[in-house]
Amino acid sequence: MPPGNARMVLKGIGVAPGIAIGKAYRVDRNKVSLVYYYLPSPDQTKREKDRFHTAVDKAEADLKKLRAKMAGEFPEHAYIIDTHIHILRDRMLYDETIRIIDEQEINAEWALRQALENAQQIFTKIDDEYIRSRFSDVDFVAERVLQNLTGQNKQSVAGIRERVIVVAQDLSPADTIQLQVEKTLGIVTDMGGKTSHTAIITRSLDIPTVVGLEKVYQEVRSGELMVVDGHAGKVIIDPDEELLNYYYERQYQLERYRKEVVRCAELPAETEDGYHIKIQANIELLEEVVAVIDNGAEGVGLYRTEYLYLNLDQPPAEETLFWDYREVAEIIYPEMLTIRTLDLGADKLTTRTRGLGETNPALGLRSIRLCLQEDETFRTQLRAILRVSGITKNIKIMFPMISGVGELRAAKTVLEEVKQSLVQESIEFDENLQVGIMIEVPSAVAVADLLAREVDFFSIGTNDLVQYALAIDRVNENVAHLYEPLHPAILRMIKQAADAGRQAGISVSLCGELAGEPLYIPILLGFELDSLSMNPLAVPRVKKIIRNASLEESKDFLNEVLNFTTAGQINDYLCDLAWKRFREDFELFVDEMGKLPASSGTGQ
Amino acid sequence: MVRKELTIRNKLGLHARAAAKIVQTSNQFQSNICIIKNGREANAKSMLDILTLSCPRGTRIELRAEGKDAAEALSALAVLFDNKFGEE
Repeated sequence: MPPGNARMVLKGIGVAPGIAIGKAYRVDRNKVSLVYYYLPSPDQTKREKDRFHTAVDKAEADLKKLRAKMAGEFPEHAYIIDTHIHILRDRMLYDETIRIIDEQEINAEWALRQALENAQQIFTKIDDEYIRSRFSDVDFVAERVLQNLTGQNKQSVAGIRERVIVVAQDLSPADTIQLQVEKTLGIVTDMGGKTSHTAIITRSLDIPTVVGLEKVYQEVRSGELMVVDGHAGKVIIDPDEELLNYYYERQYQLERYRKEVVRCAELPAETEDGYHIKIQANIELLEEVVAVIDNGAEGVGLYRTEYLYLNLDQPPAEETLFWDYREVAEIIYPEMLTIRTLDLGADKLTTRTRGLGETNPALGLRSIRLCLQEDETFRTQLRAILRVSGITKNIKIMFPMISGVGELRAAKTVLEEVKQSLVQESIEFDENLQVGIMIEVPSAVAVADLLAREVDFFSIGTNDLVQYALAIDRVNENVAHLYEPLHPAILRMIKQAADAGRQAGISVSLCGELAGEPLYIPILLGFELDSLSMNPLAVPRVKKIIRNASLEESKDFLNEVLNFTTAGQINDYLCDLAWKRFREDFELFVDEMGKLPASSGTGQ
Repeated sequence: MVRKELTIRNKLGLHARAAAKIVQTSNQFQSNICIIKNGREANAKSMLDILTLSCPRGTRIELRAEGKDAAEALSALAVLFDNKFGEE
């Protein structure tokens, strides 16, 4: 146990590594706007108070206008607006905000939010349900003022900002992308699982994140000091000095190890006995391309293309897609860029697909199925990809969620038709463009030998494969603990797909979160894959461990493990091996092994 | 200081509309005015204070006013309470 005490320690699922230490900032879903900074001098305290006065004045003027309108149309409800006007000037909100600005020398928005939370504390203690629910009026009024404040604030966020730890009940992938990365130290949420897309995004943005905490949003108050331990999946609320020092020290050691690993990131991943496996990166945003290069990844093994479609009423134009793909391809060149076609549906919803109202979207109209139905959207994307391939010649195309040969042929037919139309328009594309599929539906594993005859490569997508094979909804925290990538069934399926690909002479890669898990490297090497594709930040450490491993040893190890009966048994065995063989690369990360190897000798 | 004891007699108690009226009336006076229930004190010029004091029908409260227009303030408020805030 770490030394010291804290007001509260919550255990969740660590989904993005690293330690974050800072102040909590609670965000409501759909209201993700961070405006938080300290004021460096007293004259700015006055400015903040003036801003607050102006914002309240404007809110009052707006409410009075509204009241005049209401008095004509709904006279019996006009008093509601009167209440709001009173609340606006109520000392619990108004005087309190001024007091907080003076006392803490912080900006008006932040002070108002704190005043609002203080008021909420008072309201929630009231027995009378009617009065308790009046807090929504207070919230409504404060939101009006906040909107006025942030409206003004847009031009003048130049003050010294303090970075915060975002606390939310849940964040959708779209919310997460909207977070201002430079102001977000860490993220903690009540809901979510290890491979939810929010987790994938925060991991790629290098923001320590713990999800599935169940009640952190309820327990933490904005402004409270907290520690996010993304390795151990722990959140420490209001630690004492001793505990805080422990985490500062740990943060420092982790940073030091990481710097050391990144220094050798350029070296290839070649085992002691000369087996080279390509290490590639999974990316979602154009912005991440820099991380691909910096971390020594050999190209992009998975470019997720959903981002440009999120929250749009209409799919993006071909030109938008073309320039996005082209920019990524040119930066990655001469390495390859594998573009996965649209994988929308399930938890990545656009405005359009959200309307389907399916009871079981994971098994519904999503991904390639949606594309084959929404023909025009699919064709537009394929045109954009093909056009870029003609210019940069470093593109591969990959269809997601293929469940059998019929579906693959349908997708390839559309691709052929799009190629034909480009030929007719005399638009160039790469004639040798490789076409592959994700192996992520159990049925695709069963017929992997048949599929291998009709594609240029396989990419085993373990996130969905685990979810579908084990029947575990990966964002459902009630069953998230059953999400076991090391389940013997999964290892056997990966082996079956890898062997089928090799026998057909096509290349096979693995691109799920599994690929970036250092602990699993001995097993992954044993499959003799051509490449692993992972979150760019995982690349340097994975490469380092591979350089100290051996293929022969890994093959023996995998053969042994394939006869094991449970994921737990396999995990324990891996931990022991990691501890014996790669101690210096795991010492700092004992938490992420789940269970400590018996031989480790360090208590936890 | 001027004091007056009262029982809340309107049907809904000191809910939003009644509280708004109390604030409106109190704001016309310079005195400090408060409402006391079981030793807890609410500022009569604060809507949220009054609401969170939580006074349903039948609650015994005490009004207190301090300042040069204290007496006028209390009698104006007493009229409001007597008229049940214009509810019935």
